[in-house]
Amino acid sequence: MNRRGFLTMSKPKNLADPTKLKVVRRTNTGLNKYVGTWSKSEVSHLLRRTIYGPKLSEINDFSKLSLSDAVSALLDTSNYTFLPPVNNYHNTTPDTNVPYGKTWVNAPVDIYLEESRKISVKSWFWSLPVRQKPTIMEKMIVFWHNHFAIQMLNTPIAAMCYTYVKVLNDYALGNFKTLTQQITVDPAMLFFLNGRLNTKKAPDENYARELQELFTLGKGPGSKYTEDDVKAAARVLTGFSVNPTTTPYSTFFVSANHDTTDKTFSSFYGNKVIKGKSGLSAGTDELKELLDMIFSVEEVSLNICRRIYRYFVYYEIDENAETNVIEPLAKIFRDNNFEIKPVLRALLESEHFYDSWNRACIIKDPLMHIAGYIRQWEMDFPDETDYQKIYNIYTFGSYYNAVTQMNLGDPPSVSGWEAWYQVPLFQRSWITSDSLPKRNEFQDYLLWSAYKVERFYFAVDPWKITKQFANPSDAVKLIEDAISFLLPLNLETNQLEALKEILLPGGIPSYNWTDEYNAATTPSYPNHATALASATVKLKSLYKSIMNLSEYQLA
Amino acid sequence: MKRRSFLKTAATSTVVPITISGLGLRTYNSTSLLNAIGKRSADGKVLVIIQLNGGNDGLNTIIPLDQYSNLSKARSNVIIEESKVLKLNGWDKTGLHPKMTGIQNLFNDGKVNVVHSIGYPQPDFSHFRATDIWMSASDSNKLVTTGWMGRYLNSKYPNFPTNYPNTTMPDPLAIQIGSLVSLTFMGPKTGMGMAITDPSTFYSLVDNVSPSVPNTPAGEELAFIRLMAQQTNEYADVIKGAAGKGKNLSTKYPTSNGRNSLSEQLKIVAKLIHGGLQTPVYMVSIGGFDTHSNQVDSASSADGDHATLLKSLSDSIEAFQDDLKLLGISDRVVGMTFSEFGRRIQSNGSGGTDHGAGAPLIVFGNAVQPGFIGNNPTIPSTTTVNDNVPMQFDFRQVYATILKDWFELQTDDVDNIMGAAFDTLPIFKNSMSNIEDFADLVTQIGMDAIQPNPISNDGALNFYTDSGGSISLNLYNAQGSRIKTFFSRDFSAGSHTYIANFEDIPNGNYILQLSSRVKSQSQFIQILK
Repeated sequence: MNRRGFLTMSKPKNLADPTKLKVVRRTNTGLNKYVGTWSKSEVSHLLRRTIYGPKLSEINDFSKLSLSDAVSALLDTSNYTFLPPVNNYHNTTPDTNVPYGKTWVNAPVDIYLEESRKISVKSWFWSLPVRQKPTIMEKMIVFWHNHFAIQMLNTPIAAMCYTYVKVLNDYALGNFKTLTQQITVDPAMLFFLNGRLNTKKAPDENYARELQELFTLGKGPGSKYTEDDVKAAARVLTGFSVNPTTTPYSTFFVSANHDTTDKTFSSFYGNKVIKGKSGLSAGTDELKELLDMIFSVEEVSLNICRRIYRYFVYYEIDENAETNVIEPLAKIFRDNNFEIKPVLRALLESEHFYDSWNRACIIKDPLMHIAGYIRQWEMDFPDETDYQKIYNIYTFGSYYNAVTQMNLGDPPSVSGWEAWYQVPLFQRSWITSDSLPKRNEFQDYLLWSAYKVERFYFAVDPWKITKQFANPSDAVKLIEDAISFLLPLNLETNQLEALKEILLPGGIPSYNWTDEYNAATTPSYPNHATALASATVKLKSLYKSIMNLSEYQLA
Repeated sequence: MKRRSFLKTAATSTVVPITISGLGLRTYNSTSLLNAIGKRSADGKVLVIIQLNGGNDGLNTIIPLDQYSNLSKARSNVIIEESKVLKLNGWDKTGLHPKMTGIQNLFNDGKVNVVHSIGYPQPDFSHFRATDIWMSASDSNKLVTTGWMGRYLNSKYPNFPTNYPNTTMPDPLAIQIGSLVSLTFMGPKTGMGMAITDPSTFYSLVDNVSPSVPNTPAGEELAFIRLMAQQTNEYADVIKGAAGKGKNLSTKYPTSNGRNSLSEQLKIVAKLIHGGLQTPVYMVSIGGFDTHSNQVDSASSADGDHATLLKSLSDSIEAFQDDLKLLGISDRVVGMTFSEFGRRIQSNGSGGTDHGAGAPLIVFGNAVQPGFIGNNPTIPSTTTVNDNVPMQFDFRQVYATILKDWFELQTDDVDNIMGAAFDTLPIFKNSMSNIEDFADLVTQIGMDAIQPNPISNDGALNFYTDSGGSISLNLYNAQGSRIKTFFSRDFSAGSHTYIANFEDIPNGNYILQLSSRVKSQSQFIQILK
């Protein structure tokens, strides 16, 4: 694998003209609780949007729950364990401070190990969705990573990358205002947006601007802060720095660098004045006041709810969605003092979320595609103590994630990935002349071949899922089950015929597949070996063909 | 022995009456032949493979009239009335199913070659396994994961898909119409055929229209991804271009019964070839040949499911050939049918036939040597449900012939692709030089009926070999599995008598097969103790 290539990805142009593909959007559904059919189809819809690559067993388990219980389960992270990245690199770059398999995040900084640790933390970050339990946590960590973007490769110390992800994890389903406060003084963020260089002598407005323009108020119609507000906020934030002597680097406050004068804001903020403070708690106190002021503007809740909507429902927000979904959702957000869970619960239980109009219209982001694929096929990993091999596979996965245009840990800019903000393409920017063939290549690669790590073959075993289907010896049922597992949409007749042709070529009677399946799964049959080989090829062909359909790119 | 070495040792005179297996072969002056075909390069030549899915009943397709009375005993409920069987000019012992007027016309026009009783040793009766064997060209008991055409294309375009398409080969190496995957085109590293990931996308390229999507946000996103998939397909432009430029001129194509009909598939092939695509191999298919029941109409055996399929096959091929002629490209296209197996000699009680073994294979085009290769299969006077048409030729001989005489590969390369040396057959006119050799080859061994028959213990077999060489004698059960080898060794030229012992063989019908490297002869025997 080319590490440099992994670090710097170029971006091909999008060829199709999106303006030619517009439908008029019409639905009036809102946040009323969904009371319609609650079947596997709805469960799959919910899980496809909230976890990476829902497993067949998870779809089955969640089908036994009511809608409310299903959403509660997704929001319940009480059993969540967050294991830090470990030393997987000792064979190539020995670490005298950290034994193989133990975490390096609290170890002293070692410039000779930083690149290895950076790859370690990026690979580990990418692995969270692959290793996830069926809760919404990982989807939210990535949501906040895109929202409060930093670039790990430009972060000086690998341990800072870890603490940044830890903050996202700590508050992903907690309080948005607290998260904003924590991120503002996060070492990685202080590096990324120059907060550490923001002093009363040389104010740096970078973070103060993004705090308002991206992180809270956004660029929506209700966001009318002024350039002077940016300057005033920058002065509030002066004095925070990063301590280079502690491990991991921690934030500290240099009161001498803090602007102790009063900060006066525009009429947009009601001409608010934040009194200048001095002393060690001045920074924290003024930051709190700054956030109180910003969060008192309704637009913050509207902006965040719009972003949540784009992430979980669809990128287009028409007037109906704004009125019937975004506004009431934002009210819930404000009424709950910016707690995130009530918002997610209201959205995921709403009739709007289950509206047939809103199904299958998310283009999988590369992480949903790559990590989702590995998860949904329940691919086997090396023994859990074989950190070197396991991390090798994580690196391979994060590499593919990056070549398909989502380099996790390193979004292209502070705005995050274009897919979640750039008009008019939005999510369509994931699908390019370069990325689409690579998505298909990845799918085919692990299905037909294998990623080989020493003697471990990382590959899809098509039987693993096949045997979990209700009636895999019945070709028609098998195809139906595979489609509803792998695709969010029904297929047209000619597509179905082509798939059926794989298992039952030329319209031969269905018992031919049944016989082959039985022979392939029963070692005592005399033709077991050839049937197994032949049926394996058929299953791979079937799954490859289904996943090569454009429908597979949707969720 | 390899055929070439045999040729060196065999005394071949320059003027040999061209007879193959006792049936007269229309002779062509070899000079005019060479002129007709020319020694043109293999570039531009196209093979169209027509897969008959399900196992075609060869005995109701190519009908052995000299076996008619035995055949009517064995399959009274499906046999075609003798008077309705279509006649072929100059071939009074063999006829065609009444619905195959298209093939009849082509045959009489000298455009069809039929190879009798194609099969392979130890036939498999599973659709899947048999199809894999045909597509991979493997031995019955070997698992080969590449296709014969995939290996050929890989030998011709070794680094595919790296740096493809390019100026030398801007077009897909192989196209399978309307289907997703075929083992036939699987190369050692990758599929050599054009990746058609979605039939909708392929047809939208050929028709230059967008496939329809639901009028919802999901439909909108789907249309976008499909459009990108189309733009991403490196061959999209050439397919679109060729489909736009190419024409269909024949009015003979049968009315289509849907996008996937054989006629529609062949129309696309003709159009793409005419439109300038340099793709050397196409594969099309027609399903439904698994005629276990109601193969024929109870009222009229010339009608029914099988008749409909054969009509569609025959009419489509005739129209396709007509189209190629009108488009001026018929010299560089040949077609070949294949089916994973034939069907039993005996019909079953449901008015159908069950999975069998040997069956005829049709090759058509301007370049073929018209006529039949091999003999009509011999139908015993009494049959059992398990009786099969024994193979006369290995299907891999047809493949090897196509590679050598159509795609003009060197013998060593053919052997490499096929994994073994298979002797070629005189399917093509440019195989003329082979035909004379072949006439020698195929007459080199023979046997009389074993005495007595039925046999209790010992049977006496007289056989001969014209030139000497390795000969084997094998016994197959009715399923085609070899159950005994009596001998396999060298014999001197001349006649020999062998006493075969059947003590250990249970009662039943069997096939006794005498084989040289290039020729097999079979007879049915009955063990009765």
